[in-house]
Amino acid sequence: MEPFRSTRGGGARAHLAPTEASLLRSLVGQVLTLVAPDGPRPGQPDDLLAWDAELTQQDQPQTPDDPVLARLLPDGYRDDPDAAGEFRRYTESSLRSAKQQAAQEMLDTLPEAGGRIQLTHDQAHAWLKALNDVRLALGVRLNVTEDFEQQWGQLRADDPQWAAYEVYAWLGAVQESLVQALA
Amino acid sequence: MSVAPAEVDLPRSADKPVTDKPWVTIVWNDPVNLMTYVTYVFQQVFGFPKKKATRLMLDVHHKGKAVVAAGAREAMEHNVEVLHGYGLWATVQHDN
Repeated sequence: MEPFRSTRGGGARAHLAPTEASLLRSLVGQVLTLVAPDGPRPGQPDDLLAWDAELTQQDQPQTPDDPVLARLLPDGYRDDPDAAGEFRRYTESSLRSAKQQAAQEMLDTLPEAGGRIQLTHDQAHAWLKALNDVRLALGVRLNVTEDFEQQWGQLRADDPQWAAYEVYAWLGAVQESLVQALA
Repeated sequence: MSVAPAEVDLPRSADKPVTDKPWVTIVWNDPVNLMTYVTYVFQQVFGFPKKKATRLMLDVHHKGKAVVAAGAREAMEHNVEVLHGYGLWATVQHDN
């Protein structure tokens, strides 16, 4: 990959290898499915028998059970479940749409075979948000802490998670270069 | 002559917003968001100069959280929704 550089008009450009483009497409696609407004809502029951439980839950949406979803769609209030539920009721669906839109815009501007990426300022912003959501999702799955380098260093090279740590680190570098290009 | 209301709603002063104590937008530290990214988001969302955005980012990083805005509850909820859009971990809180 050639990292992002700024272009005239506040945009950014980069160059991606085919494998990098396909990896990004796959990861962003997964986040898109997860945040889609009709996507999973672990706080709500989806079996037919639970319709009455759903009625009570509609008034008080829950923090998602899935820690990844809970991080992507966090509570708006801490230590106040009622206010958090109320906030979620009014904002979760638009937040899901916004995240879905950013992910879709990234997919639309990411050539399947890789190559040159040329982004306007707005497209670059969509990339920033979508890349960040992918890093959040992966970071939660990997239980990443502030001592990420150390966590990674302690893994054996044959650990199944090693490759995922490498991808996580690479995503950080991609995002960092995009922030630098825009800042 | 008047008709008694079917319900008597006593004024519930406790429900009224307390205007002299503003609400705040808090951003919490998290291990994933890049420091440069958080600074950039503060500049974009709040229009802070880079120096102020960096100082607030460092507060979040070192102290675990920082108050990034204060004011009416609705405005703070709007901030939080925008910050969630960027993937920052933000909450609304009454400043008491």
